[in-house]
Amino acid sequence: MEDGIVLTMRGICKSFPGVKALNNVDFTLRKGEIHALMGENGAGKSTLIKVLTGVSDYIKDEGSIRIEGIEGEAKIHSPQQAQEVGISTVYQEITLCPNLTVAENMFIGRTRGPLVHKKDYEKRATEILRDLGIPARASQELSRCSLAVQQMVAIARAVDMKCKVLILDEPTSSLDDKEVERLFELMRDLKKKGVGIIFVTHFLEQVYAVSDRITVLRNGELVGEYLVENLPQVELVAKMMGKSLDDLAELERIGQKSGAGEEVVYEAEDISSSECRPFDFSIRAGEVNGFTGLLGSGRSESVRAIFGADRVTGGKVKVKGKPVHITKPHDAMKNGIGYLPEDRKRDGIIADLSVRENIILALQVIKGMNRPISRAKAEAFADEYVKALDIKTASLDTPVGSLSGGNQQKVILARWLLTHPQYLILDEPTRGIDVGTKTEIQKLVLKLAEEGMSITFISSEIEEMLRTCSRLIVMRDRKIVGELTGDDLTQVQVMKTIAGGEQ
Amino acid sequence: MAKNKSPLTRTREPLSNTQMLMFISIGIFAAMYLAAIIFMDSGFEKPQMFFDLLNDNAALIIISCALTIVMITGGINISAGGVISLTAMACALFLNNNGIGSSPLSIFLTLLLALGIGLGFGVLQGFLVSYLEIQPFIVTLAGMFLARGLTTILSRDPVKVTHEGFLQLVQTKLKINWLGYTAPNGALIPAKVEIGAIVAVGVVVLMALMLRFARFGRNVYAVGGNRQSALMLGINVKRTVFWAYVISGLLCGLAGFVFLIHKPAGNASVAMRSEMDAIAASIIGGTLLSGGVGNVVGTFFGAMILATIQKIIALSPLNASWWQDMANGAMLSFFILLQSVVLMRRNKKKDTKNDKNKDIAKERGAEIT
Repeated sequence: MEDGIVLTMRGICKSFPGVKALNNVDFTLRKGEIHALMGENGAGKSTLIKVLTGVSDYIKDEGSIRIEGIEGEAKIHSPQQAQEVGISTVYQEITLCPNLTVAENMFIGRTRGPLVHKKDYEKRATEILRDLGIPARASQELSRCSLAVQQMVAIARAVDMKCKVLILDEPTSSLDDKEVERLFELMRDLKKKGVGIIFVTHFLEQVYAVSDRITVLRNGELVGEYLVENLPQVELVAKMMGKSLDDLAELERIGQKSGAGEEVVYEAEDISSSECRPFDFSIRAGEVNGFTGLLGSGRSESVRAIFGADRVTGGKVKVKGKPVHITKPHDAMKNGIGYLPEDRKRDGIIADLSVRENIILALQVIKGMNRPISRAKAEAFADEYVKALDIKTASLDTPVGSLSGGNQQKVILARWLLTHPQYLILDEPTRGIDVGTKTEIQKLVLKLAEEGMSITFISSEIEEMLRTCSRLIVMRDRKIVGELTGDDLTQVQVMKTIAGGEQ
Repeated sequence: MAKNKSPLTRTREPLSNTQMLMFISIGIFAAMYLAAIIFMDSGFEKPQMFFDLLNDNAALIIISCALTIVMITGGINISAGGVISLTAMACALFLNNNGIGSSPLSIFLTLLLALGIGLGFGVLQGFLVSYLEIQPFIVTLAGMFLARGLTTILSRDPVKVTHEGFLQLVQTKLKINWLGYTAPNGALIPAKVEIGAIVAVGVVVLMALMLRFARFGRNVYAVGGNRQSALMLGINVKRTVFWAYVISGLLCGLAGFVFLIHKPAGNASVAMRSEMDAIAASIIGGTLLSGGVGNVVGTFFGAMILATIQKIIALSPLNASWWQDMANGAMLSFFILLQSVVLMRRNKKKDTKNDKNKDIAKERGAEIT
């Protein structure tokens, strides 16, 4: 092994049924460096960490892992073995036992001998806690501490293990600014002592505040390894999204973007749900807007709050100027709001029901169960929309599950169009469908807006959103950080807004 | 962080959930016993009554401990009663037919046989639960049927122990003069404690020490508290669970032997439902079925509470088994309710604290260090 390198991972592959979670990923960690591992949700960061720490079910399919001071390949098949070779991990979710004391949590699983020496542990733990400035008593039961303190106890445990490699997987998500700063000081201290630190986070500023090097993953593949000073924040965002700043040419329009009317169809003030922070939002008749941001930035959570799909916790909502209460999807539907969910398999289609039944589902719900839609009417409706949207199906009675992804999506779209909503939310309507159908859906969105419908359109592909939306709401870390309209609607501007501040 | 005060200044910790529930059960036992002394003229004021509760329920106390340890890991062992009956039957047959005569050696071999049977069940069930990850309820349900079936195969008829030495052991009682009382005719009748009761108390003490001070004991709590975390913390979860079942099985075997000392006869129908009583005793003693919380001292008092209820009803005009069952059921429901109310209140207090956690954590931190 080269000098100064503590860990190399080469050609790591890991598949789960139906998904290639990691494809030929390389990773190198040097002594005394803080190395950020970046990527959108689902890029493979967590999988790579779990492979490295020997979590069961995450044993690598291919590739090699080498660690300084160990001859040949390191065999890591359990978290214990990872600890033995000098890899300590602090996970995002707290992996401590709430029913034990702070001191016990710091020492359990790594002591020898048949007895526990409680007093010794507490004494040593108290010293470590004091050194790191963690506000907890060693003899306190862990469940009595706040989440932030619990997280810091986990770090204290890892630090005390004299590890060569310290993995911090989203350690800052439950910490406030001051606590984060203290954690950074701690990280710099450890770095000076020669510990290699792998830092996983989705906070871009934090990456630039402490890291020396960045490795970017995307869709389970390695994008590249960069020195922090060579990778401006905007470029990092571009790499994470799989774009290159060079080919951000002006996009061709597929149709005229419609101008928004005057009437405000939906207006929310301080709306929040169990999954998202409070935000303000409004949309006018005939307007197409979009929520954009990295995967996991909270854009789906925001529209789910609008539709009442998650537990709504607060906010004032007006539909066409009239105050209304929307706490569950049924309320939203009665107020003329439709929602095409991101995960059509889970929240959208009912695979075993026929095309016809799936199409009339939402209308039936609005009418109520006591007023069934007659078979003839249902046939007529379904037939109309199958033709209008060009849904390719053998017959109206074919189970939706047997249709292709694009056609399934159109069935759900038809379901909502049949209810003639004033406001339609489309969350990733184009994911996993072929290019032709994508364009069709985009055209349809513009056509519906022309006819006066308000539409919120969300897509992971920025080009699509730029083509269709006249207003883009940019999100980062579950907060709205910007709103772009008119000439600002360019890829570069979007990425700059996502990257924040700098440049 | 201020470093003005010595960090080792010992602050009194609030009670943990385990301790809290244990003290509730001790308190209820004391209150109940006191009430029986005051309101019932049935001899509860004599120490012998307390020792009788111990003597009669020694086996129950031991299997309650056996249940507690697996319940702390988040599991269950409902084969306990079956193993008692199998062990008692096997031991009775062995004592009567071993051919060594009445020597102490044969009694010792009988004890080994009892422990061996328990160990066998423990190892088998532990292996199935931990390494093959089969639901503990199903594994031990199968174990229960197996044990009951084997008992009947050994003998359909009750087997009375005729072994001289063993019958002597049955009669052997520790006499404590100063806790005795004077009979109407003036003779001093000392308090009598059976061997089984002493063994049961010994088991409680040993188990309590192990759960508190042994590495294995703490691992048991860790596994029950959060299995995934325990794994991540480097605990061998499977081995810990395995040994918990082995110990549980061993205790069931011991309970069978103790049962035979109390009632020297094997019978296929003995200790029916006793595993359910043991589960109730553990829960009343503060063990949570969800795991991670509980201890055997609480369990001991849980078993004593059940025993006291039984005694009170037996000595009252309501002496009938259905009153017994209903009183137990009511007690169990009351306890679960009490526990959840207490735990909910505690957690709520903590939550409101955590809402303002950032500031308070700091305040608290400054105050501690």
